[in-house]
Amino acid sequence: MNMKRFLLLLLVLALALPLTACQPSSDSADAPAPASGGVVNVFNWEDYIDPAVIELFEEQTGITVNYMCFTTVEDMIVQVEANPGAFDVCFPSDYIIERMKNKGMLSEINFANIPNADPANPETCQTDPYLLKPDYDPDNKYSVPYMWGTVGVLYNVEMMEKLVPEFDPENTSWSILWDERLMSNVIMMDSIRDSMGVTLKYLGYSANSTVIPELFAARDKLIEQKKLGVVKAYQVDETKDKMAAGEAAMAVMWSGDALYAIDKAGDDVELGYFIPVEGSNVWCDAAVIPTTAKNKENAEKFINFLCDPEIAALNWNYIWYSSPNMGAIELIEAGSEELELEAYEYREDTALYPTEEIKNKCEFFRDIPENYLSVYEALWMDLKNTK
Amino acid sequence: MISNVSLPWWAWAAMGVGLVVFIAMIAMTIKRNRGMHRSLFASPYTLWMIIFTVVPVILISYYAFTDANGHFTLDNFKNFWDSHYEANKVIAAEGKRLGVDYSQYIVRGTVNWDTLVYSLWMAFQCTVICLLLGYPAALFMADRKMKLGSTLVVLFIIPMWMNFLLRTVAWMSLLEDSGLINSLLKSLGFEGVQLMYTSNTVLLGMVYNYLPFMVFPIYTVLNKMDFRLSEAAADLGCNSFQTLYKVTVPLSVPGIVSGITMVFMPSVTTFFIPRVLGGGYTMMFGDLIESKFLTEGNWNAGSALSLLMMLLILVSLSILRKVDPNGEGGGLA
Repeated sequence: MNMKRFLLLLLVLALALPLTACQPSSDSADAPAPASGGVVNVFNWEDYIDPAVIELFEEQTGITVNYMCFTTVEDMIVQVEANPGAFDVCFPSDYIIERMKNKGMLSEINFANIPNADPANPETCQTDPYLLKPDYDPDNKYSVPYMWGTVGVLYNVEMMEKLVPEFDPENTSWSILWDERLMSNVIMMDSIRDSMGVTLKYLGYSANSTVIPELFAARDKLIEQKKLGVVKAYQVDETKDKMAAGEAAMAVMWSGDALYAIDKAGDDVELGYFIPVEGSNVWCDAAVIPTTAKNKENAEKFINFLCDPEIAALNWNYIWYSSPNMGAIELIEAGSEELELEAYEYREDTALYPTEEIKNKCEFFRDIPENYLSVYEALWMDLKNTK
Repeated sequence: MISNVSLPWWAWAAMGVGLVVFIAMIAMTIKRNRGMHRSLFASPYTLWMIIFTVVPVILISYYAFTDANGHFTLDNFKNFWDSHYEANKVIAAEGKRLGVDYSQYIVRGTVNWDTLVYSLWMAFQCTVICLLLGYPAALFMADRKMKLGSTLVVLFIIPMWMNFLLRTVAWMSLLEDSGLINSLLKSLGFEGVQLMYTSNTVLLGMVYNYLPFMVFPIYTVLNKMDFRLSEAAADLGCNSFQTLYKVTVPLSVPGIVSGITMVFMPSVTTFFIPRVLGGGYTMMFGDLIESKFLTEGNWNAGSALSLLMMLLILVSLSILRKVDPNGEGGGLA
């Protein structure tokens, strides 16, 4: 072989490498060889299931689970649209379910295969009645709740006693976040819908408002808060660590992050979580089956498995968000040696299990039409641009 | 885990064309030189450039000049001056639909301009501070009479081995209310001070991160400089200040120019630092572009902003090029 040929060969090889590397991998889902029971392709948030649950399911049914993860729900929709047939079960949040439903991306679930969550069969249905017939899926046709939670306020007990002596977490308005005694002590959420949502609730409006004067009132309120100087920072991911370190007196937060922070702070910093009296946003991640799913029955088997009280309890102990599974909650309260679960007063913990009164004042986010969303975004940018 | 690439067909076509051009270039080189040639060794780099620089720039330009449906438009640039044009249109339409006067509900559309001005101002401050701190440092490091010189160089380089995100986060644990500095102050009986979440904290983070980019180009030039020139100046009656002012500084202009470029460019486009050290209080241009892409999902507006940013940098580069035409200070300008 002469030099020139050798070089050409090298070149061809070098070119072929990046080519194969950038191939769009639409076939990523059907890669592993299916076992006897077939496969189920699951698309979920990162780190949002106890790995033991997947193993148990595979053991018991012989169905192979292809577990894939996304980091944002917007990304998830894009993936589901771009790769028809690649996913059998997805776990979007409430308003995304509504959007997918409106786009015709969701197939009706056959609840006969999911007795553990069949709303028509109260004998076997484990789902918390509060989460049945939610606004985003009023007929319970397309979704099965997986985990849920609220948006509330995480507070530092010691700092609050010092700064606002009369503070009572059972009976406090969102107005506490505008209290000048909390100068530079409030961490707001750097998230349009969440921050606008709680401000709208504070003003007595819907968190899904599309009424222009209401939205402007919320923006003015947020600008007022920024100018007052009570806001320490606008952050999302960093907040739980800040609160655990005792950096601020209050932070608007998702209940799941709040529980994480409370746990992380341990004995050093005493933290508490409450939902203000005007109510707040409640969210729910639920299992859905895309219309393009290739293994619908396996998907339903998988969902039914997740709704088994023991499995749901196991999963709850891994994730620590609120569980929609009443059977699981009873198991958690009783404790179980078999599941290595310590007994926990679940329904006493208001961060996990808000009172009926508070729950009824909370609202799911709805899928706001894009043109109104642009108004939300513009108003938020205006707040960010205020010095 | 999944990593899907869903690019439109023409992006693949652009990459294909790039590849064909690349192969043709290589083939011509081989033919012309009948065998191995030095430029062949640059081919992996050329390929790299095509895939990761040329193609992305084409993509950005495409998005900047199209709307959400892929039709040609200049709106993304027009809307620079009135960034909330779309939202204000929605509000007006809503008012009309309801038959109410919504003329008082208008969102100020100056966020792009305000953010750009703020970013340029921050970058300017950062560059000036880096120059004031960096020039003496480079002088010390290059001074052959100083035994500490090479130690200083190492001390400057070591922090750069760490990722810049980590270094920025490290500042946080120094400056926080419960951080090292405040704990020390409190243990000495002083009141704690709020050091985090101000624009000065952001500036501090920027200066800290970009200072080496000022020091090293100047150091390189000073190190190569013939020190006999300053000795000669001293022999001819210059005092040490005059030597510095009349000989050393003029000779190190290429290094200064290169340093200014290398600090100013990343400063203008800084993001992350304002979010971590500034607490998301104020946005810089990089944050604005990020939010266009990630929060609003408006790739077209985001690309237009990125393109304007690149244009701005190109213009400042070409101005600096006039000062250092031979690229002695590292050739960046």
